[in-house]
Amino acid sequence: MELQRIKRAEDDTREHLVVIGNGMAGCRAVEEILTRDPARYRVTIFGAEPRVNYNRIMLSPVLAGEKAFDDIVINTPEWYVENGIDLIAGDPVIGIDRAAKTVTSRGGEVTTYDKLLIATGSDPFIIPVPGKDLPGVISFRDMDDVNTMLAAADKGGSAVVIGGGLLGLEAAHGLSLRGMKVTVLHLMPTLMERQLDEAAGWLLKQALEARGQTILTGADTAAIMGETHVEGVKLKDGTEIPADLVVMAVGIRPSTTLARDAGVEVGRGIKVDDHMVTSDPDVLAVGECVEHDGNVYGLVAPLWDMCRALADHLTESPSGYRGSVTSTKLKVSGIDVFSAGDFSGGEGCEDIVLRDAARGVYKRVVVKDDKIIGAVLYGDTADGSWYFDLLKKQEDVADLRDFLIFGQAFAQGGGAADPKAAVAALSDDAEICGCNGVSKGQVVACIAKGAHSLDAVRGTCKASASCGQCTGLVETLLALSLGDDVQSGPKTMCKCTSFTHDDVRREIVAQELKVIPQVMQALNWSTPDGCSSCRPALNYYLLCAWPAEHVDDQQSRFVNERMHANIQKDGTYSVVPRMWGGVTTPDELRAIADAADKYGARMVKVTGGQRLDLFGIKKEDLPAIWGDLNAAGMVSGHAYGKSLRTVKTCVGSEWCRFGTQDSTGLGIKTERMTWGSWMPHKFKIAVSGCPRNCAEATIKDFGVICVDSGYELHIGGNGGIHLRGTDLLCKVATEQEALDYCAAFIQLYREEARYLDRTAPWVERVGLDYIKSRIVDDAEGREALKARFEESQRHLQKDPWAERAAGAERELHQHIAEIRPFAVVGAE
Amino acid sequence: MDAEWLDIGPVDQLPAMGARTLPVHGGDEIAIFRTATGSVHALVNKCPHKQGPLSQGIIHDTSVACPLHNWRISLVTGKALGGDEGCVPVIPVKIDGGRILISRAEALAGAA
Repeated sequence: MELQRIKRAEDDTREHLVVIGNGMAGCRAVEEILTRDPARYRVTIFGAEPRVNYNRIMLSPVLAGEKAFDDIVINTPEWYVENGIDLIAGDPVIGIDRAAKTVTSRGGEVTTYDKLLIATGSDPFIIPVPGKDLPGVISFRDMDDVNTMLAAADKGGSAVVIGGGLLGLEAAHGLSLRGMKVTVLHLMPTLMERQLDEAAGWLLKQALEARGQTILTGADTAAIMGETHVEGVKLKDGTEIPADLVVMAVGIRPSTTLARDAGVEVGRGIKVDDHMVTSDPDVLAVGECVEHDGNVYGLVAPLWDMCRALADHLTESPSGYRGSVTSTKLKVSGIDVFSAGDFSGGEGCEDIVLRDAARGVYKRVVVKDDKIIGAVLYGDTADGSWYFDLLKKQEDVADLRDFLIFGQAFAQGGGAADPKAAVAALSDDAEICGCNGVSKGQVVACIAKGAHSLDAVRGTCKASASCGQCTGLVETLLALSLGDDVQSGPKTMCKCTSFTHDDVRREIVAQELKVIPQVMQALNWSTPDGCSSCRPALNYYLLCAWPAEHVDDQQSRFVNERMHANIQKDGTYSVVPRMWGGVTTPDELRAIADAADKYGARMVKVTGGQRLDLFGIKKEDLPAIWGDLNAAGMVSGHAYGKSLRTVKTCVGSEWCRFGTQDSTGLGIKTERMTWGSWMPHKFKIAVSGCPRNCAEATIKDFGVICVDSGYELHIGGNGGIHLRGTDLLCKVATEQEALDYCAAFIQLYREEARYLDRTAPWVERVGLDYIKSRIVDDAEGREALKARFEESQRHLQKDPWAERAAGAERELHQHIAEIRPFAVVGAE
Repeated sequence: MDAEWLDIGPVDQLPAMGARTLPVHGGDEIAIFRTATGSVHALVNKCPHKQGPLSQGIIHDTSVACPLHNWRISLVTGKALGGDEGCVPVIPVKIDGGRILISRAEALAGAA
């Protein structure tokens, strides 16, 4: 959004507060003042960027494609209007005249002030090497930089990020996700050396390299090469690295030029006292541009404290800023890291270290005189806020010392790890959300006032609304306040693991994991043998990844898939033989009728998928009834499986006066191709012979509607709880194409959807455009998907009924023994 | 035949993390479970919720998830776990010489 100016009413005689800087510090300061005394000042804000105030920390998710600009806006245009604030955006202040009490903008506008607040933040540090001004060399500081990176990533190619600190690694992660080949150059021997110690830095480097980035440490940049545009980076040791984009993220420095030119006292930053007042009593400063008590801060947390102290001062109830102890908790490429305080070690410092290499966890707490002075956590940062709380309060930890490294729940709860108790034990002023400076007390108050969901909390007190690191903590607070029935989205696969479905699928392939116990070992399952959620999912993911080798784990199948029939509420089963395309014959019907009589089916029902369902069959009789149905030429209908269920058809051009194509024939071919394929969830297909759509193809996972000129292919429909009509994928001309696209779509769903996701929510999550890009636009990719589907079918398309009727898994259908009064009769 | 314990067959007829059924004429069917670590347990084969056949559930650790509505029942105590409430009778089991023995009194408790 290109924004220039939001203007308040003219005739305002109140004291005029002019703010230079429309960023997080400037706007937060104004917000703090408004909450204390909304009528006190007339406010004008100057911003260098043509935008409203947005959350600068969230530029990384925008770059990574996880958020859009609108998602990271903190103050909307309405906020400025509603609070009567003049916003002059895109026209930065270039001069301050303290004698006349005016500021001048680049556009020549002169504005008088009573109080001036400088919140200019910091500038990226550009290393003075040849080529630094070439097009394609940028910093990572604002939305314009992100837009430049996105444009470069669209063209593909290579990127070099100079600087292996937080900002550089986030830029590298985002560019890597956007498909660029990324090299990170870091001058120091380990990554993020200001936040992480050597061990954690090394773990981080390993993990990032495993994700495909090239990390060069000890890399000293000599020059940036290129004639009219950047072409590469040359190191002092002579190495040359080609690059289409160079991101400089070596550090930031307080932006002090304006203040210095105006004669305000400046050290490393603009010098302020405890009330954020500079050497001129009418000029104040907050944020990254200031120096307080010899300290300059480059993190967001101190900013909130500064803004509170400033607002207290400007509304005549001075409190004073006492400096901040900072912690860093962040996710780099999905890896949790945390650090706080001083971990450089030294005289009198003792280290307590816990390493779990297999789990990728490293924890180090530094203790001096029985107090925590620093902590570094890698891989598991759940206890970060607890350590930070102990550190800030300088609590005596002598009694906790033996258990300290195992975390709060263990140290305080005697070993029973209850994460809820840990959160309940946090003090009210413990920080929950570092991004937005929200304490536990504020979150709890916000819940008490009616914010009863995660979204509601995010919408009101803004906790968890930014980077999402504290989402778990906020959810726990919701649960503690409201009971366990708080709604929240599933993040991990189940309680047995900290991995998501997508993580697990990726690792199964990357680490070539072949059986469930191996997955659980390699991915550090927290339970000995999983649970009824993760085991079926793992069994499916393994089957999908390794179709040729997979040995099915019957004990990880839900009952219906283990018994190849549908369990009913009385413990009997229903049996559905396959009828290709819904077409049957008198012989088949006779065999079904005979089976229904012979095995005492108490009901025979026509299903919605054009099949016959025999109810009330005992588990002992299943192999026998299957044998009888097999003998009449019928196979399992898979009405019980997360698999291809049915292909429903209308009669089509063979009989129907409206029919345009042979929908029945295509339906039968489709079913012959797809039957017996296991999927993340059940999968239904229909083929209608004309747009009257009698087979109801537009509420199926894959639906074909025949038209005169060919076949419309529809995807992602669902007639269940949430009715969803299909999306049109594309139109094809021939029957063979319809079959090929169907196979490719099924394989994409098999490989990428989460277990128990129907196609409807999956399509909504990944978007129709993505599916089109894989199935329609990418002919080669479509062929490859189809080939993988065929390969899988070659191994797995078989009739489980025939195997069971021949005696496989016999014990599943037989009692181990029987007890009659005073006698035991063995089954064998 | 031992008066106190009934021999119902060899333990190797129970698959690991699997279950078999033991009908009791005139009484409640019993489910015999074997966990991943090899321990053997017996419960009346009826979930306290809607009488689902627990023998058909997924077994993990020392619990079984009922196949009908996914209630989790402890194989050791017969009690519903998590937030659910209910209890199913436990039948004492011991393994002797590779044979499964179950306690006669509890096994016949429901029989006329």
